[in-house]
Order: sequence, then structure tokens, then C-alpha cells
Amino acid sequence: MASSTAPAAAKSIPSGLSREQLLEIYYYLRLTRSLEERLVNLYRQTKVIGGLFRSLGQEGESVGSAYALDRGKGDMLSPLIRNLGAMLVQGATPLEILRQYMAKAESPTRGRELNIHFGDLERGFIGQISHLGDMVPVMAGVALTFKMRKQPRVALAYVGDGAMSTGAFHEGINLAAVQRLPLVIICENNGWAYSTPSHKQTAVKQLADKAKAYGIPGVRADGNDVLACYEVTKQAVERARAGGGVTLIEFVTYRRKGHAEHDNQSYQPKEQIAEWEKKDPVDRYVATLKESGWAGESELAAVEQRVQAELDAAVALCENEPLPEVGTALEGVYANPAVMETEWYRRANA
Amino acid sequence: MPEVTYLEALRQGMWEEMERDERVFLLGEDIGNYGGAFKVTEGFTQKFGEQRVIDTPIAEAAIVGAAAGAAHMGLRPVAEMQFIDFISCAYDMLTNYVATARYRAGLPTPMVVRGPSGGYVRGGPFHSQNPEAAFLHTPGLKIVCPATARDAKGLIKSAIRDDDPVLYFEHKFLYRRIKEDLPEGEEILTPIGKARLAHEGKDLTIVTWSAMVFKALEAAEKLEKEDGLSVEVLDLRTLLPMDDEAIMASVRKTNRVLIAHEDTRTGGVAGEITARINDQAFEWLDAPVKRVAAHDVPLPYAPTLEDFVLPQTEDLIKAARWIAAY
Repeated sequence: MASSTAPAAAKSIPSGLSREQLLEIYYYLRLTRSLEERLVNLYRQTKVIGGLFRSLGQEGESVGSAYALDRGKGDMLSPLIRNLGAMLVQGATPLEILRQYMAKAESPTRGRELNIHFGDLERGFIGQISHLGDMVPVMAGVALTFKMRKQPRVALAYVGDGAMSTGAFHEGINLAAVQRLPLVIICENNGWAYSTPSHKQTAVKQLADKAKAYGIPGVRADGNDVLACYEVTKQAVERARAGGGVTLIEFVTYRRKGHAEHDNQSYQPKEQIAEWEKKDPVDRYVATLKESGWAGESELAAVEQRVQAELDAAVALCENEPLPEVGTALEGVYANPAVMETEWYRRANA
Repeated sequence: MPEVTYLEALRQGMWEEMERDERVFLLGEDIGNYGGAFKVTEGFTQKFGEQRVIDTPIAEAAIVGAAAGAAHMGLRPVAEMQFIDFISCAYDMLTNYVATARYRAGLPTPMVVRGPSGGYVRGGPFHSQNPEAAFLHTPGLKIVCPATARDAKGLIKSAIRDDDPVLYFEHKFLYRRIKEDLPEGEEILTPIGKARLAHEGKDLTIVTWSAMVFKALEAAEKLEKEDGLSVEVLDLRTLLPMDDEAIMASVRKTNRVLIAHEDTRTGGVAGEITARINDQAFEWLDAPVKRVAAHDVPLPYAPTLEDFVLPQTEDLIKAARWIAAY
């Protein structure tokens, strides 16, 4: 019993967070990691139809930054492929993610799109496409809407070190900066764009330095320190909400898995991976919670139990669900016409 | 009734829609106080304010991407490409992001991308293009190409009200060259997906759109006078979705078809129309379907070269005579 209560001498919690919120952040971290581990099992059983993209080692910045948005105020984000954590914080459910990966009929995209490529305007996330950088102009448009309607809402777009080389990134962040839009751009610098190291991606030493080119603040934070990511994002979000415009944030982190599950990472030095494993954001967060007296063993164990039970239930529910009916493939390309024509050779009277 | 130019009709259409629906806003390069390169948006900032007439950086991908984001959120953006040639800079955004948004993610994306297209203006390779074929191949987009002042107005209004993304290719040669009586106070809404019979005939059909409609009408007049041929001119108005019904009705009536477009031949829209006629009305044909299109070269600047490369009325007449004699 004693361990479930924080010691009286606990350090004060930074960034105005409560103990409940700290545990909630832990829940999302654990959910992200465990959900991906479940997906690995399903992938090995060939139940995941396409590729599997891990965020191992990056869950901290993804969860910490998304947690800094105000869902009550209607803040919105656009994730990238390693932002499962951000999507879960914003309200995506493990069941939806599992159905997406397994291309189920009941998946949010009804089997049209892969993995975490889906969105929900109500819950405040807009699904990415594979063309890197494209979501920056789109989220600038979302933020433009907030500005035009004088709504105190903020948009957040994630990019990687690779996406920052694209023209769409440049055009989008520049437009947003000129218009002083309530937009936060987070660059997850995980060292690798597929097999290309950052130094072959850009000649700048720090990606945050690119902010200067747009006349906006660029800040840098330890991407494996959950609370630092929360704090720096919170400041950028509130600055945007107050009319201060765009901020570019660089989270320095590391991609401990390959580009996708099929990738054997032969190009990544083993000692580099091992070194970053010691800086694991979830382990570090747990240690901080315990050392600071902000959470006890039994509270953390309860979160872990809750996560596993939720995942057990979600996997059991959807594992044997059907794939989409073929006819649905022709629906919804347009609002009007609602259904596209079947090719002549597939019609009965061909 | 006041005489209205093609350009003024387009202006009126946007103006009326912005007055009617506060969700409608414009974004593009130099469209604000300057009023746009062709003055299509002159006076709009003064009337509707900078919030609804947004001058942007030279960044077509950002213009289209931001329009898409705003459209998802319930607004009705009209994005201008200063010359439609520059729409290629937003090709990725249009074909990968905008066109797929509803299908892959259920995202409403009601937006218009419009701009001046077409040649015969000595604009050279980068101020004369007709990009319709590049987008016809993309499910999820709609494409309209008005030829008359009435349709310039009616199609922009319908495009703005449409729940799908619409590419609106206006022809800059027509901007101030054609005029039409448009009654004030009449709500003109040209339906998207419906062709217009520009001239009735019974011996041969010219299927065409945009500025080429006028060359087809000239050819029809001359052929009637000199050859006694009765030529039908079908103005498609919308290329995507295409009005197959109207095309086939005319094919069944005249049994001879010439397809004329200003864009280059190979991979051009005429090929698609020919395939549709082959699929749906092969047994009604008395002659092969033929095309008149631009030569397969980038459009050159010198008047001698441009006039040679682009199809002229005489080319249509020659081709029509060949088909009629077959």
C-alpha cells in the first residue's frame, strides 16, 4: 500500500502538470510501445497486410508533444509514420490502429489506406499521405481557418529530418510564417531518413536553425525527455494561440528500428543503436516518476495492466474480422457521383 | 441586357458567390490590391477584405495544400494559378493529396483551382499551356473548360458550390475577345458534367471545348457555305466527368466525328474520347474518328511558329472534308 502513494517529500512537478496527468502520459507511452509490440506479433503471423512502422525510441517526443495540445479547445495535429503515440493522445484507439494494419472492413479507411494513415476531424487529427512535407501546407490551411474564424485553436504538423528537404515543407512553413498562422511544426530528427543519415540530408548542423530562413523561432529539445518535449511544445502552442505565429521545434532523438519492419538496418552502427537504447524515453520517464516521487510501483503496474487488458480485448475483437466487400472499392471517390462504374468485363452481360 | 466579357462573367460569378456564401475565399499570387495578373480579382480586396482575398508567396504547392486544409475545415477556397502552366508545381498536391482525400480518408475537399490557360497569345512555352490531359487521368478531380461568357460565369458558380475539388481552366484568349448579353439578376448555374450543343448539324460532328469551340463554329459556317455540309459542334464544357451521353447522341445522329483540341496530340483528351466512341457507338460510325490537335512540340513563341503548331480553322475544315468524303 505504501508504494501506491507518493512520498510526502516528492519534488514539485514541472510545467503545471498534475500527478494524474503524469500517469496519463505514462499510459500513452506504454500503450504506444505495447501496441507496436502486439503489431510485431501480428506481422510475424502475416496478419498485418502491409509494412509495419515502429516508433521505438521516439514514443516520448510523440506523446509529450501531442499532450501539450488542448483537445478541449479543438487543437489539431497531423502525424507522420512514427507518431502513433501522438494519434493515441489525440483519441485514436488501438482497435482502429489494429484494423488499419490488418486492412479490415471496419477500419477507419475501410481498407483503403494503410497503417496509421487515417484521420478524424472531430477528434482533431488529419491523416498523412506518403509524400513527405505535404501535410505542412495542408495544416497551414487548417491554421488559416482558425485565424480567419478568430478561433483560439492551434494546429501542429510533424515532419522528419528527411521531410525538411522537400519543397512542400518549405512552401508550407513559409506561407504559414508570412501569414503568422497558429501553427507548430515539429521536426523529429531521428538521424535517419530510411538509410540516409542527416548529414546527407542537409548541410545545417541543427535543423532548428532552418527557422531563421522563415523569420520564426527555432527551438531544440531532447526528444527522449518526455517532459522537456511537453514543455517546449506547450510554450510554442500557447505562443501560437496568443497570435505569436509559427514555431519550429527540433526534437533530437533516434530511430532504433529500421525504416519498416522488413528493413534490417544494416547501415545503422550497432553501437549507436545500443547507446540510444540506454536513453530509452519510456525507461527514463519511469525512472523520473519514481525518483521524483511522482508515482509509485503499484500505480505504474496498474497502468501496465490496463494497457495489456485493453490490447487483449482489441486484438480479440478484430483479429478475425472480414476484409472489405469488393464493391465498396468503387464508393466515395466523389461526393457526386457517389459510386464509380464497374468495368465492362466485370459486368454480367459482358 | 448588359454585354459582358468572358472575363467579367468570371468575375461576376466569383463576386456573387462571395456575397452569397461567407465561406468562399480567394488565395493566389498578386490577386489582392493589384487585382491579379489579368485583373480577374480587381476590386475584390476592397469589397471583401484581405482576410478573404489572400495574397500568397510564389508557392503553388502551398496555395493548393492550404486550400485543401481550409476546405477540410468547412471553407470554400478558390485558388488562382497566375498562369495555368504553373499548376504543374502543385501536381503532387492535387493528384496525391486533394484528389484522394475523400476516398482514402473521407475528408470533404470542396475547392476550386482556376487559372488562365491556352495559346494563340504569343505566350511561348510557359504561358500558353492546356493542362487538362495531365489531370483527366486522376480520379477524384473534376475539370471544367468554359467557352462562353455565360458558362464562364455558370461554371465558376457551380464549381464553387460543388462538394468535390474542381479544376477550372479559363481561356485567356477569350478573356476580352468575346461578349455576351447576360441578364442582371439571373442566377446562372451551368451544370457540371453536361455538354452544350453549340451548333446543330446532321452530317458531321466536331467535339471540342474552350477557345476551339469558336474555330469549330467558323469551320461549320464555311463548310455549310462552301460544301453544303451540315456540321454539328458539341462544346463539352466539362471534361471530367465527361458527358458520354451527349457525345454518343451526336455520333448516332451524324455518324462522322472530328475531335478538336488545342493541346498536343499524343496522350491528349481526344484519344480518350475516341476510345469512348469506339466502346459505345462503334457500329454507328461511317468513317474513322479523327483528331485535330497541336503538333507534339512545346509551344513556340514566334507568331509564324505558334500559328503553325496550333490548330487553325483551316485545319478543321480540311479534316472535316476528309471525314465527310470517306
